[in-house]
Formats: sequence, C-alpha cells, structure tokens
Amino acid sequence: MTTRIDTRFAELKKAGRSAFVTYVMAGDPDLTTSLNIVKALPKAGADVIELGIPFTDPMADGPSIQAAGLRALKNGMTLKKTLELVRDFRKDDNVTPLVLMGYYNPIYIYGVDKFLADAKTAGVDGLIIVDLPPEEDDELCIPALKAGLNFIRLATPTTDDKRLPAVLANTSGFVYYVSIAGITGAAAADANAVGAAVARIKRHTKLPICVGFGIRTPEAARAIAEKADGSVVGTALVDALKNSLDAEGRATAKTVNAVAELTAALAQGVKGAKQAAE
Amino acid sequence: MNIAKPNSYRSGPDERGHFGIFGGRFVAETLMPLILDLEKAYTAAKADPAFQAEMNGYLKNYVGRPSPLYFAERLTEHLGGAKIYLKREELNHTGSHKVNNVLGQIMLARRMGKKRIIAETGAGQHGVATATLCARFGLECVVYMGAVDVERQQPNVIRMEMLGAKVFPVQSGTRTLKDAMNEALRDWVTNVHNTFYCIGTVAGPHPYPTLVRDFQSIIGNETKTQMQEIEGRLPDSLVACIGGGSNAMGLFHPFLDDPSVEIFGVEAAGHGLTQLHAASIAGGRPGVLHGNRTYLLMNEDGQIQDAHSISAGLDYPGIGPEHSWLHEIGRVNYLSATDDEALAAFQLLSRLEGIIPALEPAHAIAKVMELAPKRPKDHLMVVNLSGRGDKDVPQVGDILRGKSK
Ligand SMILES: Cc1ncc(COP(=O)(O)O)c(C=O)c1O
Repeated sequence: MTTRIDTRFAELKKAGRSAFVTYVMAGDPDLTTSLNIVKALPKAGADVIELGIPFTDPMADGPSIQAAGLRALKNGMTLKKTLELVRDFRKDDNVTPLVLMGYYNPIYIYGVDKFLADAKTAGVDGLIIVDLPPEEDDELCIPALKAGLNFIRLATPTTDDKRLPAVLANTSGFVYYVSIAGITGAAAADANAVGAAVARIKRHTKLPICVGFGIRTPEAARAIAEKADGSVVGTALVDALKNSLDAEGRATAKTVNAVAELTAALAQGVKGAKQAAE
Repeated sequence: MNIAKPNSYRSGPDERGHFGIFGGRFVAETLMPLILDLEKAYTAAKADPAFQAEMNGYLKNYVGRPSPLYFAERLTEHLGGAKIYLKREELNHTGSHKVNNVLGQIMLARRMGKKRIIAETGAGQHGVATATLCARFGLECVVYMGAVDVERQQPNVIRMEMLGAKVFPVQSGTRTLKDAMNEALRDWVTNVHNTFYCIGTVAGPHPYPTLVRDFQSIIGNETKTQMQEIEGRLPDSLVACIGGGSNAMGLFHPFLDDPSVEIFGVEAAGHGLTQLHAASIAGGRPGVLHGNRTYLLMNEDGQIQDAHSISAGLDYPGIGPEHSWLHEIGRVNYLSATDDEALAAFQLLSRLEGIIPALEPAHAIAKVMELAPKRPKDHLMVVNLSGRGDKDVPQVGDILRGKSK
C-alpha cells in the first residue's frame, strides 16, 4: 500500500529536499483554535503534521507539551474529538500526511480495533505511540499495519546496532530519530552527532529518517535538514502558541498566526538546506 | 469472569513480564535497552551465591532482620476473635519494609556500575530507604516527591536531606506520587548513561514488579518459618495494605500456593469509594501507565484520575500488575478502608499495643478490626505492619487536635 506519507516523501525526494514536520497538540487550547492551527500548518510550509493526543501523564514529554495536553483536556478534549478534528481537517486537505502522536492508554480504553477503523476513516495516516516499544508490537503496531496505517517508531541514541533491526522491523512511513536521550523540549543535539546517527540507521533501512527533539530555530532546523530526511519541531511551536494566550489561558486573535508565523520561518530554514548526498 | 486456575500462583510472570494480561513493558524506546540490561543483570545476580550472601549479611546486620512476628495479645482480646500476629516490618532500619527492596536494587546498581540513583516517593519511606543506602554505599541520590507530599511528610523530607539526598518537589499534574513517578521516568530518559532507577513498589515495566516482589518476599518467607516455630502450622489468613502493593506482595507471595491461607489486600478508600479515593481495584479498570498494564483509576477517555488518601504512601491511581492478576483470578480478596477507618485503627493500635503504626498499615489494621471478630479463636491472622508512624505524627496530631482535615 502507498500512504500519504509515502507519497509525500517520494515527492520531496524528487524535489531534492528535506521534510519539515510540525507537532502541535490536538485541542490546545480549544478545539476550534486547534483546528484552525492545523489547517494553517500546510499553508505555512509544513510537509507532515504530527498531532498530539492529549494525555494526563506524558512520561516522555517536557513541561511545555505536558501543559499543552492539560490545557486541551481542561477544555474538554478527548480522543474522539481528536479524530473529529482530523476529519474536519481532511475536508479541505487530502494530501498532507497526518500522524497522531501520543501514549497508549487513551487508545487502549477507546478500543484498539474501533480506534484503528475510526482513525483510518477520519484520514489519519500514521501513529507514533511513545510507550509501545517493539516488545509490545502485538498491542497496536501489527493491527495498525493491517488496518493500513503506518506505525512510526522512535529510534534513540540508546538504540544500538544490535537492537535497530527489531526497532525497524514493523516500522513504516518514516523513522523518527530522537536526537538526544531526553524528553521533548530539552537541549538540542549537535548536527554532526545527528548526521552520524542518521548514517548509522540508513545502513539498516531505506525508510526516510526524520529527526526531532530540541529543534527550535530556523537555523537548527536547517542544520538538521542537511543531515536527515526531515526535521521535526514541536515544543517551539507549542511555546509560541502558549505565549499568545491571554491571562486565563484562552486563545486570542494572535494565536493561530503565532503558530503559523513560526512554522513559516522554520519551513524557510528547512527549504534552504542542502541535502546530503546519499 | 471464568479464568482457568493455574497450577501455581507463584510461577509468573512469563518471559515478557506478563501476569495474565497484566504487566509488560510499556516504556519509551530510550529506556528499553536499559530495562533489558537490568533484567539480564538481575537474572545473573539471582543465580550468584555471592550476591545472595552479601545481601543476607546486610539484611541481618544493617536492616536488622529477621523482623519479629509478634502476638498482639491485647488487640486480640479487644477484638474477640482470631489470634492476631503483627509482622514487625516497622522495626527495620529506616522504619518500613521499603528497605528490603532498596537494599536489593542498590546491590544490583553496584553490580551494574551505576553511580547515580534516582527514586520516586510518596510517603517518603522509599525515599528515606534509598537515601540511606546511597549514603551507605557512597552513591549520588536524587528523590522525586510530589509537592503535596513534601508538605505532608516533612519529617521524611528532612531525613532524606540529612542523608545527603537531593529532594525535588514535583509541581506537575496532581503533585503526588504518580507525578513523582513521571518525573523520575523523565530523569531516567535524560540520564540513561549513568543512572539507576530504584522503583519503590511492585509496579513499572518488567522486570521491576518481579524484582521488587522477590526482594520483599523475605517478609512472607520469615513469617512462614516464624509461625511454624510459634504455632507449629501455617497462618489461616494474611492482611496487608496496598499502595503499589510491595509490602503486601512480599507477605503474600510465599503463601499463594497454600490454599488454606485466606489473603486480604487493603486499598485506601479515602473519603469513600463513591468520592475521592485511591482504590484502583475497587474503583478502576485495566489500563496502561508507568510501563505496565494494570488496574488504574481513570475517566472514560483513558485519562488518569487523581487518587486521594490520607496516607501519602497509598495515594497512587494504580496497583502492581501481579495484584491485578491475583484479583481477576480470585486468589486474593481486595478490600478497602477509608481515611476515617484508618485513623481509628491508628489510635487503637497505639493505645492497645504501644505501637504507633504508619497511616499505611493502619488501613490493614482497620480491616483486621472487621475480619478478626468474625473468625474463631484458633484462627491465626498475620497483619503486615509495614511501617512505623513517626512520619505521620505531625499530620495525625493536627487532625486529632481538629486543626486540619
Ligand atoms: C509504611 C508503608 N507501607 C506501605 C506503603 C505502600 O507501598 P506498598 O503498597 O508498595 O507496600 C508505603 C509507601 O510509602 C509505606 O511507607
């Protein structure tokens, strides 16, 4: 099967450039604003959208993304509404790949089969579920592949050559390389270390490799884009959103633009990158 | 539910860390290689007589084991039924059962060459035990504790600091034990290269539930021997409180295959099961959090709910996966006691036996007050007195004087 993700990376490869992948939290700070943000992302230059599923206890995320999830939950966001958001987004955009990223429990409670069916019809292309390592592939990864969704795995600096084949075995769409051993929003790894890691992973897979965690500026996004098939930015966008809220944490007239403007600047950075020869 | 009974209740988990559908390894990829290393190191240590011998030396001379099995004569007379024995884990060095497990994990950390230890703590007892053994072995120690718990368990915070540990008050989420565990996991993800995560209960990703259970099983093993010496037979029932469930699992596990032994775990019912509480089995369902599948308190969307208990050590929205399995399979009966029942039991034990219990095992005593009168006089009941009440004296003092609550 060819998914929107496969198509997009094939196009980017043809155009000779790296992908710009954005992460925002579904329902942050409220459902309507969040939908408008997601709609604005492709126009601002996002090639792939990662949409966070809010969760009370995001163990691998830093304070910014945890706060974003709690803002969304406080305003009534649920997994069901996250899928509605995707469905609404798909009404005007049938090409931008959209990946849900989150933790397993809300999906487990929703019911895996029902979730996969609903996600597929809503227009979700792939899943990144942080707390499902290959050791737990039976839970969601294998059923997702059967349902026609990509399951994108994280590879990290602790994933050595011995372990990489297991991590890559059921991965599709792209590989998400976490550039540091750490949580989201932490300090960035240097581009040279990332380059070496990407080269190492490339020896094991033909899939595109996107790199995230700690990328905040157009310059950093560009430096990573020169070494990898994509740069992922999350916390910086979530912070831009947060800084546009009013004292009560509600969206203002500036909120959608704040995210769109930073997205555009980061996308410029990525598009200016020269791709490393493979 | 119709589940086939296993040949043995003691053979779990399977090689992937599952007790029935419970347990497993639900963690970020960054941690997986470490968890696999830990499992390997533990398997090797278990088979190494030198490791066992070294541990037994510290258990005897540093922890002060075996802990006595004490016949609570006045409590027995007062309740007028079963003969009640207290397993005196509160007499251990550092004041609770937590030290048994911490000793084991610190010995493992040393074997693995780790120099930095992190831990999460609710009541502070696990933190104090960890700080103590880190001091003893010259290791750096960082303890995550919810800001709310830092407030209500001040004596333990001071103890940890005196022992040289750094205590981080966790401000995220509900600012209690579950958030301390999130924060510890975040630290671990960030400092994987030199850090050992010392988990305080029979929860978390495989192999922690097994490893902690094994280190705590000394409680039940000693009880078996001691009861044999005192009464010449097995006890008829066991009672222990449950936060994550480590003191309970330690007492229960050696008896699981003795069908004549009735077993009771006591969760914290807080303000009552229809209000705020911490009884994951009574009020929760299976879900996935902190590396394992187990009973959890959550809403219909799978979001984790706040737990409440007067006792910081029981205030956790989950329970160890092996308990979830023992519940579903029907081997252990899970009951619950409210804040008020625990307070009443706290006072009763103090007045009748001259033993001030921690608020955690006061929950177990509360159920003994219900169970014991209904049993015959030759019924032998063992209650795990998991910790002493020193840490709770300021809090309970305030409540009894009507200052807070
Ligand atoms: C004295 C005491 N008992 C019990 C507990 C609860 O933990 P567990 O259920 O793992 O024994 C604690 C936790 O802090 C404790 O301090």
